Amino acid sequence: MQRIGVFVCWCGSNIAGTVDVEAVSEALKSEPGVVFSTNYQYMCSQAGQDIIKNAIAEHKLTGIVVCSCSPRMHEATFRKTAAAAGLNPYMVEIANIREQCSWIHKDMATGTEKAIILGKAAVAKVNLNAPLTPGESPVTKRALVIGGGIAGIQTALDIADAGFPVDIVETKPTIGGKMAQLDKTFPTLDCAACILTPKMVDVAQHENIRIFSYSEVVEVGGFVGNFDVKIKKKARYVKEDVCTGCGICTEKCPMKKAPNEFNMGMDNRPAVYIPFAQAVPKVATIDPNYCNMLKNGKCGLCAKVCTAGAIDYTQKDEIIEEKYGAIVAATGFNPISMDKFDEYAYNQSKDVITSLEFERLTNAAGPTAGKLLRPSDGEHPHTIVFVQCVGSRCAACAEKGKEYCSKICCMYTAKHAMLTRDKYPDTDVYVFYIDVRTPGKSFDEFYRRAVEEYGVHYIKGMVGKVSPEGNKLMVQASDLLANKQLHIEADLVVLAAAIEPDKSARPLATMLTASMDTNDFFTEAHPKLRPVESPTAGVFLSGTCQGPKDIPETVSQASAAAAKVIGLLAKDKLTGNPCVAHSDELMCNGCSSCERVCPYGAITYVDKEFRMPDRTTAIRRVASVNTAVCQGCGACTVACPSGAMDLNGFKNAQIMAEVDAICK
Amino acid sequence: MHKDNNAVRDEIIRRSGVNPRKCMRCGKCSATCPAYDEMEFHPHQFVYMVESGDIEPLMNSKSLYQCLTCFACVDRCPRGVEPAKLVEAVRLEVIRKQGANHLKADDIPALVTEELPQQAIVSAFRKYTK
Repeated sequence: MQRIGVFVCWCGSNIAGTVDVEAVSEALKSEPGVVFSTNYQYMCSQAGQDIIKNAIAEHKLTGIVVCSCSPRMHEATFRKTAAAAGLNPYMVEIANIREQCSWIHKDMATGTEKAIILGKAAVAKVNLNAPLTPGESPVTKRALVIGGGIAGIQTALDIADAGFPVDIVETKPTIGGKMAQLDKTFPTLDCAACILTPKMVDVAQHENIRIFSYSEVVEVGGFVGNFDVKIKKKARYVKEDVCTGCGICTEKCPMKKAPNEFNMGMDNRPAVYIPFAQAVPKVATIDPNYCNMLKNGKCGLCAKVCTAGAIDYTQKDEIIEEKYGAIVAATGFNPISMDKFDEYAYNQSKDVITSLEFERLTNAAGPTAGKLLRPSDGEHPHTIVFVQCVGSRCAACAEKGKEYCSKICCMYTAKHAMLTRDKYPDTDVYVFYIDVRTPGKSFDEFYRRAVEEYGVHYIKGMVGKVSPEGNKLMVQASDLLANKQLHIEADLVVLAAAIEPDKSARPLATMLTASMDTNDFFTEAHPKLRPVESPTAGVFLSGTCQGPKDIPETVSQASAAAAKVIGLLAKDKLTGNPCVAHSDELMCNGCSSCERVCPYGAITYVDKEFRMPDRTTAIRRVASVNTAVCQGCGACTVACPSGAMDLNGFKNAQIMAEVDAICK
Repeated sequence: MHKDNNAVRDEIIRRSGVNPRKCMRCGKCSATCPAYDEMEFHPHQFVYMVESGDIEPLMNSKSLYQCLTCFACVDRCPRGVEPAKLVEAVRLEVIRKQGANHLKADDIPALVTEELPQQAIVSAFRKYTK
């Protein structure tokens, strides 16, 4: 039998105003197991905590019930108090008589009645509580960052600067991501390469950072503090440690017809290539889909011209196994395909381009060396139409595009329009918008400058149809404010395509057992209060893999994720939550129901030997819970058909005792 | 907004299966409409006027019959609003209201005379009670 103490808090007048605290402590005195009951003005104060400590010692209490505010507020406080008095902290139960009682009732009689019932339920539970001890697990002091865009770069640099080793895994031959493809960045218009490439060099030179470029994560096992990860380093047919990045091979390669993905396919590159001049690592890569030597053994020119002897046609994919304490997802985004938007003639005319293609057309390192020229005939365009929200803000029933606002398009379109008018004042620039959304520091001022100083024609309305006629694009659009239909003869049409998470995010989330929303963005542990953590312990989120973001926001989130990782890696041991699932092996029938519902991958099945009657043994398949991974959600306890699964601290018997106490 | 208008609006919404509240006022329907120049009320106005219960002007406007029912607006609307279906529903409203110009069923008994054939009375009821 427990010896239970009950402590009713007044919370000033917060509770005592609507609940007769004296009556509550008096009523709970006669509950089974209760040997002491009192009330006090502020139980969480030092004096209040002393009352609890003294009572534990004086009355040899084995469990306590505090009738006070929400356990979210002060459960930790009272557990510490109990521990200080030598009581197991998990012998403390909180009856929430503030948020769920006094604050929602106006009538003293009703409030008091409910407070007594809540107190009785807590007493009934404590009667069945057992002391719990949290387990400990060691922490591997190394972090993995998946994705080498600006998000991954910033996260890696911050973790590495704190003294922990970091590995970056990037699927492309170079880090840099989407930001490396951009020309200028809003709202200050500094050149993207000028601010990004020094960071890429920092990454390359940092003693704590390793870059696995042209690589991908293929398997993730383990749990927070102890992840086992397999990384596939794809064969690039160039020895990374030997190649000097001189670029001779790329000049001599006779096969120059591979579409250049860095320039959005608007020009071609050789089969052996370095994506761009500032690539990190600056190492050539041979594209096996275009290399004649790899396809039919007829060439080998690059190997002949390479003075360093770095070319190796026999290279194979390599699997690297490494242990990590924390994993950061930074997989980024891509513009959506324009295939479902026939009305804009993207597939019919080369002069209908997406905004990312426009970035390359205006970038000094792009296919036109920074001159804004039409992709079809290389002429300077005089009338340019920008279309916003192409595929963003679409209803699900429209079955094309995305439901969300892509967030960055308003600002980059203002930037494109402004820069075009600045460089080519003889150009007419139209921007068709539904709403101009520019929340952010100096953002609206930037958009207004495009209109007021640069004379960009912003028109409220949408483009309905683009039809190529001769070398022109006939744009039919509506001007809602003038209530007119417009027909513009344009030379270039730029579509602000919606952005979507990279396709690698979904399989990665499955490997990490991290949750995702219906749009394949990673879900955060709490949308406001834990925005950079995945609900899966030890997995963190950085950049656009969590939702659409511009560069300033991405960098903030990347650093925030790094701070969380550092906080984790700084610990030598992780104290677990003892309120985890626990399987009664004798009752487990090995059905795997719990394994299937576990959102954290905490349950595995093991073959175990059991003693049977008459000195025999039998091997049975039973569930085993990894207590370091289990988050105590209780899904398995509901799924278990044989009642073998139970949650420590919240056992079925305890919950039922609470319900019984309430219904009595 | 007038109550009667609400009733007409609700009926048109029910009949068409369109929810005009989904409209985000982007104007793509009007941008895409091939009959735009012929219309007094353009597709985006049409949706807005139905939503606000302003049906009477639509029923009296020639715009109602300028719509070619080509469904370009339905195909391209990013919100799945289907403006052409609203046009169709308002047309139907006009057709159904046409009976209102004729005799009221309740008035018929007063007009019945000895000479009137029985069959004419029955068909009058059939016609005017619909």
